[in-house]
Amino acid sequence: MDVRRGQRTVIDPKVRQVGFVPAGATRPPARSHSVPTDACSSSPPAPELPLSGSSLSPVMIPPPRHSSADGLPSLSRSAASPVPIPASPLRRDTVQIPIGSYNPSESVLGSSPMISPSSRLDAVSEFSDEVPTSAWLGRSGSGKFASSFPSSSGEMMTMKITGGGSGGGGNTPKSSLTTASVVKALPGVSEKDRGALIEVQNEGISKPQKQKTSKAERRAIQEAQRAAKAAAKEAGDQFVLCEAVKPSASSGGALPASKQGKVVKPSSQKKDGPQVTAPVVPSEKKVGDRIPDKDRKKDVPHPRMQFDDKHRVEKAKRRAVVNQSEARNRVELFRHLPQYIHGTQLPDLESKFFQLDPMHPSVYKVGLQYLSGVISGGNARCIAMLLAFQEAIKDYSTPPEKALVRDLTAKISSYVSFLIECRPLSISMGNAIKFLKNRIAKLPHTLSESEAKSSLQSDIDRFINEKIVIADKVIVGHAVTKIRDGDILLTYGSSSVVEMILLYAHELGKQFRVVLVDSRPKLEGQALLHRLVAKGLNCTYTHINAISYVMQEVTRVFLGASSVLSNGTVYSRVGTACVAMVANAFQIPVLICCEAYKFHERVQLDSICSNELGDPDVISKVAGRNDLNHLESWADNENLQLLNLIYDATPSDYVSMIITDYGMIPPTSVPVIVREYRREHLWI
Amino acid sequence: MMDFQVVVLAGGTAKKLAPLVSKEVPKALLPVANRPVLSYVLELLESSNLKDLIVVVEGEDAALRVGGWISGAYVDRLHVEVAAVPEDVGTAGALRAVAHHLTANDVLIVSGDLVSDVPPGAVAATHRRHGAVVTTLLCYAPVSGPSDTGSSAGKDKVKKSRYNIVGLDPTRQLLLHIAAGAEVEKDIRVQKNILRAVGQLEIRADLMDAHMYAFKRTVLQDVLDQKDTFHSIRQDVLPYLVRTQLRSEISANGLHKVEDNANGRVSSQNYVTWMSQHREIAPSAYQELLALSPRSPENALRTHKCCAYIASKSKYCARLNSIQAFSDINRDVVGEASHLSGYSFSSQNNIIHPSAELGSKTTVGPQCMLAEGSQMGDKCSVKRSIIGRHCRIGSNVKIVNSVVMNHVTIEDGCLVQGSVICSNVHLQERVVLKDCQMVCALWPDSV
Repeated sequence: MDVRRGQRTVIDPKVRQVGFVPAGATRPPARSHSVPTDACSSSPPAPELPLSGSSLSPVMIPPPRHSSADGLPSLSRSAASPVPIPASPLRRDTVQIPIGSYNPSESVLGSSPMISPSSRLDAVSEFSDEVPTSAWLGRSGSGKFASSFPSSSGEMMTMKITGGGSGGGGNTPKSSLTTASVVKALPGVSEKDRGALIEVQNEGISKPQKQKTSKAERRAIQEAQRAAKAAAKEAGDQFVLCEAVKPSASSGGALPASKQGKVVKPSSQKKDGPQVTAPVVPSEKKVGDRIPDKDRKKDVPHPRMQFDDKHRVEKAKRRAVVNQSEARNRVELFRHLPQYIHGTQLPDLESKFFQLDPMHPSVYKVGLQYLSGVISGGNARCIAMLLAFQEAIKDYSTPPEKALVRDLTAKISSYVSFLIECRPLSISMGNAIKFLKNRIAKLPHTLSESEAKSSLQSDIDRFINEKIVIADKVIVGHAVTKIRDGDILLTYGSSSVVEMILLYAHELGKQFRVVLVDSRPKLEGQALLHRLVAKGLNCTYTHINAISYVMQEVTRVFLGASSVLSNGTVYSRVGTACVAMVANAFQIPVLICCEAYKFHERVQLDSICSNELGDPDVISKVAGRNDLNHLESWADNENLQLLNLIYDATPSDYVSMIITDYGMIPPTSVPVIVREYRREHLWI
Repeated sequence: MMDFQVVVLAGGTAKKLAPLVSKEVPKALLPVANRPVLSYVLELLESSNLKDLIVVVEGEDAALRVGGWISGAYVDRLHVEVAAVPEDVGTAGALRAVAHHLTANDVLIVSGDLVSDVPPGAVAATHRRHGAVVTTLLCYAPVSGPSDTGSSAGKDKVKKSRYNIVGLDPTRQLLLHIAAGAEVEKDIRVQKNILRAVGQLEIRADLMDAHMYAFKRTVLQDVLDQKDTFHSIRQDVLPYLVRTQLRSEISANGLHKVEDNANGRVSSQNYVTWMSQHREIAPSAYQELLALSPRSPENALRTHKCCAYIASKSKYCARLNSIQAFSDINRDVVGEASHLSGYSFSSQNNIIHPSAELGSKTTVGPQCMLAEGSQMGDKCSVKRSIIGRHCRIGSNVKIVNSVVMNHVTIEDGCLVQGSVICSNVHLQERVVLKDCQMVCALWPDSV
């Protein structure tokens, strides 16, 4: 670990260029950057190497989306400069890895065979990729089911109640019920309405699938690939990260092929194609020209909904369960992420409590809890979701003339889309859903319904137990060996695993002190601090502003993570990257504690492509300090955009070690775990 | 239906509404804008897609009448079971009588005299979200609206008397203290341990318990079984649950049962306790309280949550539980809360049935209602009043701020102000009524 850090050449925090820099201020350096990088992106990568130092910033400005159509030319121009930067970490690593000290793991990587494309297609495809299949099935199926349901249930209700009335007799005056009016049969219209409601929800899921990523993202990925390929050729060897990029790209590439088989109307997809490619800027076209159009289509990485596509957002909105109104002043760089006015969703969803028939109550409850923030944190959210699904499966019964495998998958998909509307899924939840769907699909046909249900329920139990509860224990066991007497440990935010590690180390009688770094607006650390101090730990509490001072005395940094991606990037609570970077600058080891079920094969280079935006009001308002609320009712000011990011991406350079249930590994070994243990994860 | 059952407590012949209700017209059938008051609740529930209802009525006769009306008006729309309970058993007694019909996880209890547009789903969702034992709907206590001369006599009393005294946590989600009924006039007693647990307690007197509750069924049944002296939900059951939320005695069993059912297996017990450390984050104060309490599962289960859903001020919410409220609600339903009435208003902001006949120079002002088949003579004036079906009103009659029910005859030159005139009343010439309730006692079977 230490060896490796010593060899790292330039890591200079000062070079970082983050956020919204006025166009005028950045233009001169931007231009000087853009000229060489642009040149090298299309030429062999030899001249790139000197640039690697300056392109380290973990938060990078992405290429402009439609630089010609964009309303803000100045901003897009300034943002245009670091376009090819996303490729840089790859380059850097290709240079670095041969020198690195983790040869064994790399030899594993190098020698392990590539997965054959066919197997990759089904195994790699993300949980959300599977959604459209089921949604499509559900559209034909569950609508019928719902319409046949109400009339029969009404009669059953009557019978049950009157039966109980005649039987019941005690000291309290029991009364018998007389049926005053019975719903004989619902009029046809309302049946159709119910059908339509389900249809609407299911179609909402298939929505993101047809979605194409914005041109800028495609371009970024293309360039990353090209740079990776070129680097690989030059080095004459297959390197870790080149390989890591490829599967993700090819899994994306496999998508359209399978999509066209499933989607009912391919024509609509074709129609959308030209619309997206129409406003191509000439310069961009030059870059793209070398790749034939077919390949370009394959480069579509993931079917995530891009919220800057007005057309699709409109459509999706009409189908949504949760009525969400878009925020008026959306942050420019994050237009592709959902930005809603917070505070309107919960009351709306609550008032519709009884109207959402197809939703299982426990799923609904979890959705409400996500929306209101009662449940937060990767593990807690994942467990809550799985328990809700378990309940739903328990109460599930296959409608007549349906196969359990297909109908239940459709059901789960509709639940998932509801949960997504409440709050975007975390990667850990995505993996758990992938697992569950896999288990449903792999159910033997010989099982009876009750057997299948109980098998699924015990599968869920096992997943929670093995992948989360026991994994945490293993992680705690590993991590405690890294705590020595006299250590000063720093942690950020409130991570459940880190909490367990600290408590366990304290129980073992180790003498150490904890520096707890926290940040506004959530101040999650305070609850953790409360618990730690209550257990008798010696703590220091500070906010992230003081990180550079406080870091001087620290000996180890323990951080939690929402996910670890296959290029070693740690996707975690916003601020983690900052803490890790400062620790790195002070040569202090950064240990990331993360269960392996949170690993994902995706590669992410910045915090922009995929992130979550929180309630902007929270950062503009200071609770209990009315004298500080200068920004009150400024939310609609056009010149003000409030950005409340939830996550950020920490580059693997700042991470010394990742502690998982498979042991302590360097960030470069994440793809190995993802690849080699995937079968075990999903119990295929 | 989301595992909820709905019980509508329609009451019987309430004494508070003495002259207005009678054996023939139980409280649930009192007309509000010419519709029985119960229809407002039923339609509120229907609009929330709640179609399986249990309606509890005090008294056999009343139950028959209510049942007859429901089956006539809601055939093919709602699936309603009507239960008759003896009179004077109170709301708790009424629930006891139907408790064995309740099977769902949670029970929504609505008072039949509620006139409101607060979605019941909101209360139910809040209940579910917090996993509460009881969630109550609180709304802003009605400030008696502006009115013309007349009914000011009753107003002062209303303004003085407070409805409830409510204690909330800083997030305004947890119900920590509630005083109802006679308690309101006494000193406020707040338990120390609750105060210590939340740190801060907000005491409010401007909120009113709207008598719409979501109960966890097991807890409700336990309380009703074990405390057989409890008479009223509002005054006994709810304050009891709120009082004991940190040292819950009976509900511990109920909760424990539910917890077990929810998670089924022994192995899940493991992560249920694990979750309890990380899950409850919302009201931070409450979480600290949980964190402070020793972690033994028994102890954790000895607390239960009582929540409140506070309706926003823009929602209308009123209970028809006094004569004053009766005329207030009648006024509001055709006035400020006109969307509740379900009628379409004319351009003059009033409702005049096409079959009603008006004499020459007769004016019907805004916020008035004139139902079918009523006739009015010449030079009459109607202001902010509701006139029922088939009334015959002579010439030169002034009706202000009043409710006139069906089949009423008013002869020439009368002045009716701030009054309620029940069905079949016959007013002779030149009667002047102010703030009165007129009831026809010459009904055949009461002779």
